[in-house]
Amino acid sequence: MSWFSRLLLLMAMAVLAGCGKPEFSDAEKKTIASLALNTLPPLKADTTNRFADVPAAAALGSTLFFDTGMSGDGMVSCSTCHKIDRQFQDDLPQAVGVGRTNRRTMPLAGVAHDPWFFWDGRRDSLWAQALTPLENPLEHAGNRAAFAHYIKARFGERYERIFGPLPDLSTVPANASPLGTDAEKAAWSAMSDQQTEDVNRVFANIGKAIAAFERSIAPPQTRFDRFAIDLATGAKPKDDDAFSPEEILGLKLFVGKANCVTCHTGPRFTDNSFHNTGVPPVKGLPPDRGRIDAVRQVEADPFNCFGAFRDGDASACGELRFMVKAGPELIRAYKTPSLRGAASRAPYMHAGQFASLDEVVAHYSRAPASVEGVSELHPLQLSDRERAALVAFLKTLAD
Amino acid sequence: MASLWRYVLAGLGLAALLAGILSVVYLTTRHAPQLAGTDISRSKTTAHGLFVASFEPEKGAIRQGELQSWLLTLKTVAGTPVQGAAISVSGGMPQHNHGLPTSPQATDYLGDGRYRIEGLKFTMSGLWQLHFAISAAAGSDTVVFNVLL
Repeated sequence: MSWFSRLLLLMAMAVLAGCGKPEFSDAEKKTIASLALNTLPPLKADTTNRFADVPAAAALGSTLFFDTGMSGDGMVSCSTCHKIDRQFQDDLPQAVGVGRTNRRTMPLAGVAHDPWFFWDGRRDSLWAQALTPLENPLEHAGNRAAFAHYIKARFGERYERIFGPLPDLSTVPANASPLGTDAEKAAWSAMSDQQTEDVNRVFANIGKAIAAFERSIAPPQTRFDRFAIDLATGAKPKDDDAFSPEEILGLKLFVGKANCVTCHTGPRFTDNSFHNTGVPPVKGLPPDRGRIDAVRQVEADPFNCFGAFRDGDASACGELRFMVKAGPELIRAYKTPSLRGAASRAPYMHAGQFASLDEVVAHYSRAPASVEGVSELHPLQLSDRERAALVAFLKTLAD
Repeated sequence: MASLWRYVLAGLGLAALLAGILSVVYLTTRHAPQLAGTDISRSKTTAHGLFVASFEPEKGAIRQGELQSWLLTLKTVAGTPVQGAAISVSGGMPQHNHGLPTSPQATDYLGDGRYRIEGLKFTMSGLWQLHFAISAAAGSDTVVFNVLL
């Protein structure tokens, strides 16, 4: 072989090596496959709520979810903020019930997979969560005695078919709660132990019915999921399922250099944990320290897993039992939200701090210091093109 | 002129060869496991040599994102099971500047030097460190296990 033909051969090999570079490495493919919706395990039974998978309970829960009668002023239901046609959220920076709250409404798709509820995890079960806004003066602004009377008057028969006989509420005050106004608190203190137990039981069952309904709200398959399945099986993506070069770059950054997948992991794009990412507070809202304050609240909640209203045994209470109760990393730590559908539900963060995904990605790229505690982020120095690619990828989770 | 053409072609060929080699290097290094060289052994002598500790999941595989029980087995260097040890657990992810997402505890002594460590949860992939402070009749010692997900 002449030196010239050898050179040609070498050139051909070099060109082949260059062209043979696949779009994703095996490690990237493995990570991408772990994010696809088809890896979401079936919903586990909730042994703390024996009505969790009872269809009649879910049906009553659905009625209650959309019923504005479940509020102090008769104007607010769960669906006021958790809007069914808007991914069960309200597009507002802070939720507005009877008043304006200090937190962004969370969407509900796949919520029953969560171990902790609210942005700061101040409740430990879906049914205990559902009770909390009912008595918040800024949300439903109701009180548990009034809710018990309302259930008996409006849904008594349906309730009893699911939960058994309602208690005698004839001597229970019309309005009473340990968390309400001074008058409601006084009325609550004056009730007998039997009466408070009876009202708490009806109240807990309201939460269990709403939770049974919410368990049916599942995240839909997206363009990303179809792309991920095609990538894993080696099938050629159909029509719109194929990713553009920009979307591919965004996905590579997401699972690589941008470190998004560190916390936004698994098919729900969340590690179900709490992190300080240096998101700034909102001027004019009350002080908000995130997880560090929620720990006391969930411990004090009479409807938590250790409380008297849990069904089943305490083996279901591992999350509460082994909860981290102290430590600097809990300061201004908030739950990692799922990114499914996020592109079509601005604004972002626990108090709607960022108006667009561009702002979110810019924040994570810049990684500013936290006003309190320490941000876990490290600056990424992403280029304009890389930030735009990440946003393009995130949109594939909402198509 | 013909010789100049050959030189240009040779230059191009070498450049292409270089690109090819670089892409091969790039592709193969990307496959190398992260944190290679990290000691992920499941059994080791404690810091001051008082005990031999082994640490492994109670039920086989590590599952990401779920509460899990692991077993910490303590023996003396001579191989005698260590009974009645007081064990405290801490740890975190050194690369992410955060601690454990849960507070695992030694909840049960199963005999034969085996202690059940309940409430472990590995919420993300990467390197986790678990520090054990052990106090028993022989004295107090510590051991660190690395868990790579």
